[in-house]
Amino acid sequence: MLKVENVSKVFRSGAFGGKKAKVIHDIDFEVKPGEVVSLIGESGSGKTTVGRMILRLTSVSEGRITFDGEDVSALKGRALKSYYRRVQGVFQDPFSSFNPIFKVGRVFRTIRREFLADLDTATWETRLTGALNAVGLEFAALDKFPHQMSGGQLQRLLIARALVLDIRLLVADEIISMLDASTRIDVLNLLGDLKRQGLSIIFVTHDLALGNYISDRIIILQKGSIVEMGATDRVFGDPQHAYTRSLLNAVPHLHERWSDAELKDLGLVKDTARFGGRLVEHQPDHFVRVYS
Amino acid sequence: MLAVSDLKIHYRTLAGSVKALDGVSFSVADGEIMGLAGESGCGKSTLGKALIRLEERMQYVGGEVTLDGTTLPIADDRAMNPYRFRKVSIVPQYAMSALNPTRRIGRMIDELLASRGLKGSTLRPELERRLAVLGLGPEVLGMYPIELSGGMKQRVVMVLSTLLDPSLLIADEVTSALDVASQKKVAGALVEFRDRGYVKSMIVVTHDLAILAQVADSILIMYAGKLAEKAPTRTIVEAPAHPYTRLLLGSLPEVGIRFEDKRLPGIKGRPPSLLSPPVGCRFRDRCPLAFGKCVEEPPFIEIAPGHQVACWKADAHAQG
Repeated sequence: MLKVENVSKVFRSGAFGGKKAKVIHDIDFEVKPGEVVSLIGESGSGKTTVGRMILRLTSVSEGRITFDGEDVSALKGRALKSYYRRVQGVFQDPFSSFNPIFKVGRVFRTIRREFLADLDTATWETRLTGALNAVGLEFAALDKFPHQMSGGQLQRLLIARALVLDIRLLVADEIISMLDASTRIDVLNLLGDLKRQGLSIIFVTHDLALGNYISDRIIILQKGSIVEMGATDRVFGDPQHAYTRSLLNAVPHLHERWSDAELKDLGLVKDTARFGGRLVEHQPDHFVRVYS
Repeated sequence: MLAVSDLKIHYRTLAGSVKALDGVSFSVADGEIMGLAGESGCGKSTLGKALIRLEERMQYVGGEVTLDGTTLPIADDRAMNPYRFRKVSIVPQYAMSALNPTRRIGRMIDELLASRGLKGSTLRPELERRLAVLGLGPEVLGMYPIELSGGMKQRVVMVLSTLLDPSLLIADEVTSALDVASQKKVAGALVEFRDRGYVKSMIVVTHDLAILAQVADSILIMYAGKLAEKAPTRTIVEAPAHPYTRLLLGSLPEVGIRFEDKRLPGIKGRPPSLLSPPVGCRFRDRCPLAFGKCVEEPPFIEIAPGHQVACWKADAHAQG
């Protein structure tokens, strides 16, 4: 369905844009219908940039991204609108996605005007109710202001906003990082239910435990390169790349306390990121970058 | 040693006073790292801040705080000044934005020390030694904040906050904005500083129970402005007695738990408004064990040595 084919991204940097910085190196992966794929990496790994390129918020420098075989970068006008009818994004800070001086229902009116103007009111309302029910919210919620709702509720409204369009792919960029533990799990479970109904999700996160809970496949990004990817149980159960292992070792567990030495190990080894190398298939559906 | 008794702090708002901290009593022993956890709005950050500086809208309503036998004048902003930095210090939530972006770090620290009547040059050797403990070379003092990563800035602020060996350090969500690798380094730094005696005791405020399970000696769980449970870390994690603590722990996805195999339950409902909090136990609307008696407020009592809980059913619970 969605294919990211050998995509690279070069940003101009420096005061006058004279310098160039390559932030994404030759990324290649696929998302199948009804699949949750997690993009996991630290800040600066390029995970958000990949999500933004898929949503066409950032252009692609090399390679191409296709959705059902169509090159996403080439879409214009009607075709682009139809793309956004199928692919939508939800982002980290729900409060900044709403205009604080309007009631939250406004985002739904905008969606209707832009994308679903041809629907009659009755059909629209059924659809809206359906989307709100799917995220566990009442119709009355639309009549509130953003500050009257919790972060988790706003985040669910934004997911409902995407669902109203009957999308096929949702790019969820750190959507639960700002939420409390108890609300987090509600949003995660919601994503799980939507996946069961056939929605594909790209779940961008730096939290390995969250990525593990929800996803079918994992992509580990380091400094803009994929260092390891594959089925979740393979990548997390049998990590091959040193970077994946160090990430997993740094995840705190509730029931297992780090030893004093482990805890105080500041990992003074310098940055181990290496460029180059190639992804090889370690076992079926488990790829690791090797450097020769 | 820190002792807090019946502390009440309210926020003044147009709608009335928000009872963010509604009578909390606990103590932190010398050498103890106490984790302070709960959902947003439970009062954990308010408690952390109240011990060092009341913000303008925070109103001291009652209670007492003593540190090493001396009563802290927390209600009096000016009288608190001699205690700040020297006796009580804080690493703020966004330590990365606590550094002046226009100054090299060394100069900023010198200016800060000067404002407290101290000389930067006499403290410089100790400063460099402590930075080295956290894996930072002396060259960071010549850098601007923008040249450091978030985790490095967090560690610089930690060294700075504890330079005068305060008796109490409040670490407010210091790991929340960091990636796992930097998070672990900052967590290790907290323990290292305690072990070296740079700080006598510490309150680590966070919503991340997994981090507390690694660094804290004891954990205090708050709910809606009240204390729910306090116990040694192992007890909180392995045998929590308060239903809220149990539900909170049950909603954490750990590596190895997957939606497909095991759907984790959340906690239904939302915490009550603290403008006019309900009488009785504040968790009762969301509590699966709630019964008639919960309309009376449960006392925060000791059910085992070092294990205090505010729940009418805690006793029965802990045993079975």
